[in-house]
Amino acid sequence: MGIIAFLDQYGVRLMKAILVHLQYVFISVAIGFVIAFVLAIVLSRYPKLSSIVIPVLGIFQTIPGLVFIGVLFIYLGMKPITVIIALGVYAVFPILKNTYTGIINVDPELIEAARGCGMNSLQILYKIEIPNAMSSIFSGLRMSTIYTVSWAVLAAMIGLGGLGEFVYRGIETNNNTLIIGGAVPAAILAMTLGYLIDLIEDKITPRGLKGGR
Amino acid sequence: MITFTNVSKKYDEITVVDELNLSIEDGEFVILIGPSGCGKTTTLKMINKLIEMDKGEIHIDDKNISDINGDELRREIGYVIQQIGLFPNLTIKENILVVPRLLKWKEEKCDKRVHELLELVGMPYEENAMKYPNELSGGQQQRIGVLRALAGEPPIILMDEPFGALDPVTRESLQDELKVLQKKLHKTIIFVTHDMEEALKMADKIVFMSDGKILQVASPEEMLANPADSLITDFMGRHAVTTEEQYHDLTCKEVMFKELIFVSETEKPLEVASKIKKSDHDMAVIVDENAAPKGVVTLDLIKQFQQADKKIVEIADTEVEKVSENKLAKDAFNQMIKDNKNYLLVMDDKNKVTGLITRDVITNSLARLVWGDMDWAL
Ligand SMILES: Nc1ncnc2c1ncn2[C@@H]1O[C@H](COP(=O)(O)OP(=O)(O)OP(=O)(O)O)[C@@H](O)[C@H]1O
Ligand SMILES: [Mg+2]
Repeated sequence: MGIIAFLDQYGVRLMKAILVHLQYVFISVAIGFVIAFVLAIVLSRYPKLSSIVIPVLGIFQTIPGLVFIGVLFIYLGMKPITVIIALGVYAVFPILKNTYTGIINVDPELIEAARGCGMNSLQILYKIEIPNAMSSIFSGLRMSTIYTVSWAVLAAMIGLGGLGEFVYRGIETNNNTLIIGGAVPAAILAMTLGYLIDLIEDKITPRGLKGGR
Repeated sequence: MITFTNVSKKYDEITVVDELNLSIEDGEFVILIGPSGCGKTTTLKMINKLIEMDKGEIHIDDKNISDINGDELRREIGYVIQQIGLFPNLTIKENILVVPRLLKWKEEKCDKRVHELLELVGMPYEENAMKYPNELSGGQQQRIGVLRALAGEPPIILMDEPFGALDPVTRESLQDELKVLQKKLHKTIIFVTHDMEEALKMADKIVFMSDGKILQVASPEEMLANPADSLITDFMGRHAVTTEEQYHDLTCKEVMFKELIFVSETEKPLEVASKIKKSDHDMAVIVDENAAPKGVVTLDLIKQFQQADKKIVEIADTEVEKVSENKLAKDAFNQMIKDNKNYLLVMDDKNKVTGLITRDVITNSLARLVWGDMDWAL
């Protein structure tokens, strides 16, 4: 089946699936980001505690998404919220880890200079630490977003749509075209979002933090 | 005025600053110097409460700093560190304005201040204000570091080895600039270094520390003349021998140029010229077979006559004054200046030429008096 024929037959459903997929990704990454960001800042105030807490969180990350989404399904039922919670939880860790590392690795001389200028801790955080951790924060965000795009395929497993629907339907009916028709747009979606994030990062990074560092 | 009263600081039962008493007048340039780990940085940081003292009191103009909020205190005290610590995410202008912004200055005043400060160090606003720190050289960055400390118009500035990471040439020019700035702005500057040369050059008052204690507080001249401890003498090394009295005792032999070029009376001017050009000097001494001096010829003289066929002795300056090796250098200098001569021949007791005193020698000797012995490029 050619692309034209495929689109002819499934185009509308594909568009809908992409939109649903994007929704899952946006909402869960946004929620995950807020949680991760706040948590990372809190943790960065307690590096000793964090050296225990963060690896433990990392272990949770290794629970297969399938298991987690299944368990949530049992408690919450077949609702979008089930998918969003599951994806959101998985989106937290890369952002948390990278934001934390970024902040912790800001040159102590800079912090000292900032203190010497009379900044209080809050001012140091938002004027110095966060801007200088930006590239690390962004790589966490990029990672989470790309992962979430692929994990969101699992939503279809509990009948909640997205590009996974194509894949599962394809597997069930032994229809390779459907599998590919779901997988390829998912991959393109992941790459596009990654690229968009790079663009935004480039836009907001001051020249002084680019290149040569 | 800043007063330390019995100030102590301990880290895990190890006392790093021990019952320090010190007072610093307004407008004074005070240098803290001493071996690594003697507590200079700790002392400095206790003034702006980056480090809390364990015992004692520090007063700034009758105000006990323990009664002042640390962040607010630090906005009133400039601070410059060796690693510069410019914020890479901020432009030069924003870096300079960190403290004024914290002090909530109006935008106009901020703008004016940045212009004025960049002017002060000869870095035009148009060219530099919108750059980022990584777009400046090390020396320029450290200038901005100093400007950042000056920006909020603090009466006191603390500097911790601010020029330590710079190359010698840049360091020297920044030292000069800072000295000029301080004269102009009448700031109280407390400056940490372990470079005695820097201390002698910059300080009104040198505070020598060792093991958390003060060994001596003195002006540079006094510390040179009367070091209170053998450690200080060691630290001053080459500087210590050039006290004024000792300078008075220097003989011609000790100051003269020794690597002379000797030529015989019959050599041709062009040969002599090429010999001179190969050396570091611009003159040669003409001697006879017995090494008795017949005159001095300079490159200028040869050029002036342009007579290739003559013997060198015919164009030479044959009426050169001579001094004995053991004569006091200052007397020789006086004689030279009085007779308006550019050089003197230095003779040993067998009437052999051993050296030459030129105006450069005088300059170098004076420089040595001020800066100490260095490998002066002659
Ligand atoms: N945070 C700290 N914890 C424990 N010991 C410290 C701490 N900071 C400094 N010290 C110790 O205090 C002593 C004085 O340190 P300080 O930094 O004041 O020395 P300094 O004179 O500035 O030395 P340098 O010339 O090497 O900079 C040193 O022995 C140092 O090891
Ligand atoms: Mg130090």
